[in-house]
Amino acid sequence: MKSEEELSWKDLEVGCVISDPGNASQYRTGDWRSMRPVVNKEHCIRCGVCYIFCPDMAIHQTPEGYFEADLYYCKGCGICQQECITGCISMVPEEE
Amino acid sequence: MGKRVGIEVSIAAADAVASANVDVVAAYPITPQTHIVEHLSELVNNGELDAEFIPVESEHSAMSVCCGSSAAGARTFTCTSSQGLALMNEIVFIAPGLRLPIVMILANRSLSGPLSIWNDHTDVMSIRDCGWIQVFAETGQEVYDHVLFSFRVAEDPAVSLPVILNMDGFILTHVIEPIEYWEPGQVKRYLPDFKPVNALDPDHPTTVGAFGLPGIYSEAKKAQDEALIHSKPHILKAWEELGQVVGRHYKPVETHLTEGAETVFLTMGSIGQTVAMAVEALRDRGEPAGLVKLRLWRPFPFEELRQALRGAKRVIVIDRAISYGGTGGPVASEVRSALYGEEHMPAVTNFICGLAGRDVTPEDYIAMYQRSLEMTQGKVGQEDFVFYGVRE
Repeated sequence: MKSEEELSWKDLEVGCVISDPGNASQYRTGDWRSMRPVVNKEHCIRCGVCYIFCPDMAIHQTPEGYFEADLYYCKGCGICQQECITGCISMVPEEE
Repeated sequence: MGKRVGIEVSIAAADAVASANVDVVAAYPITPQTHIVEHLSELVNNGELDAEFIPVESEHSAMSVCCGSSAAGARTFTCTSSQGLALMNEIVFIAPGLRLPIVMILANRSLSGPLSIWNDHTDVMSIRDCGWIQVFAETGQEVYDHVLFSFRVAEDPAVSLPVILNMDGFILTHVIEPIEYWEPGQVKRYLPDFKPVNALDPDHPTTVGAFGLPGIYSEAKKAQDEALIHSKPHILKAWEELGQVVGRHYKPVETHLTEGAETVFLTMGSIGQTVAMAVEALRDRGEPAGLVKLRLWRPFPFEELRQALRGAKRVIVIDRAISYGGTGGPVASEVRSALYGEEHMPAVTNFICGLAGRDVTPEDYIAMYQRSLEMTQGKVGQEDFVFYGVRE
C-alpha cells in the first residue's frame, strides 16, 4: 500500500473508508515530537516502568534488556521521564 | 399509468417515500415539514410500511442516525426545515464526505431571526456548499416523482451521494394538488434494491469516518468534488428513465417561452409557476420575455444554463435568500459566475423577493421586468440587487 504522501485523490476508496484494518500502525505519530527521550544506561535498572506507562506503546525492550522508544511513533510526551524511578530518562529537544 | 388523486403534497411525498420501501426514517417534526414525517410514522405504526421509524430527540440526532443506518446498508430518509436544518448542520456535511446515499426532503422555510415559519430559500442556501446533490421541485407531482428519483440517483453505485429534495414550505407542503401515483411495478422498474458501495459488515471490518491529516484532506475533498461533478450524467440518465417509466420529462434547466426572448427570468422552486403567468402576460403584450427554471442546483448545470440563456440580452434572477453584505442573492451570484466571459454575456439583474412567504404576484414580476429594462438601459443606477417590495 502507498504511504499517505504518495496517495492521489484517485487512489482513495469511496468515502475514504479504510478497508485495511490495523493500518494505523503506518501513521507516523513521531512527527508530532518536539522532545525526544534519551536513556542514561548507567542509571537504568531495566525495570520497564517506562514501557508500562507509555500511552502509545512506543517503547520496546532491546536484546540487552534496556528499554528504548521507537521514534517512528514516540510523540515526545515525557510521561516516561516523569515515571522513571531512577530519573535516568531526559527529554532532549529535537533540533532540526 | 398510476391513479391520479387529489391529495396534500406532504402526504403524497410520504407515500412516495413509503413506495420506495424505505428501511429507516429518522426525523424530528418541524413546521412545515411535519405532515410528511407524521404520515410516515402512521404508515409504520399501522404496519403498512415495514421500516424503522426512529423518533429522535433532535435534528442533529436525526442526521446522525441517518449516517449510521445508511452506512449499515439501509435505505434511509429524513426530512426537515429551517431551524431543524441549522441544528443538523454539523452532520449534513459529513454524509457526502462518507458518500452515504441518504435522501432528505427540505421543506424550505426562512431562518430565524426574526422567527418565521414561512417559505423562502434561506435554509437551503445556508448549506449551499455541503456537498449534497440538490434539486428543486416546482409542483406536487414533481415532489412525488423526485422522491423516487432521489433514491435512484443517491444509491446509484457510480454516484453514492446524498440528495436534498427542496420543496417550498406551505406553498407546496400544505396544498392539495392532483398527483399521479406510481404503480408498484413502475417503482420496481425504476428503483433497484439498494446495494451499498460500502456497508458495515462484521466479516469485512472497515473504518468509516476516520480523520484526515493535512497530507490527505485535500485529496479527500478533491475526490468528493469529482464525485459530485460526475454525478451529473447519472442524474440525466435517471431523469431520462423516469420519463420512460411515467412519461414525465425533467431536465436540469427547464425553459418556457425562451424562443426569441430578450429578457429572461430565472427561478428555482414553486415561484416558477407564478413567473410563468407573468411571462405569458408579457408575451401577450408583445414583450420578448422568457423563463428559465433551474431544477438542478448541485452539481450546478453550467452548460445547460449557458445554452438556455444564449441570445438573451438580460437575465432577471429571482432570489429568495440574501448573502448579507455580499453580492445580493446566492443564485444571481452563481449565474453571473456561470455567464462570466461568455460572448454577448447578458446583463444580470437580481431581485430578492418572497422572503418568509410574502406574496409575490404576476403583477410584481411584471414590475420587476420593467425595472430590469430601466436598470439595464441606464435610466436608473444599476444596483447590484434590488430588495423588491421593501417599504422605504
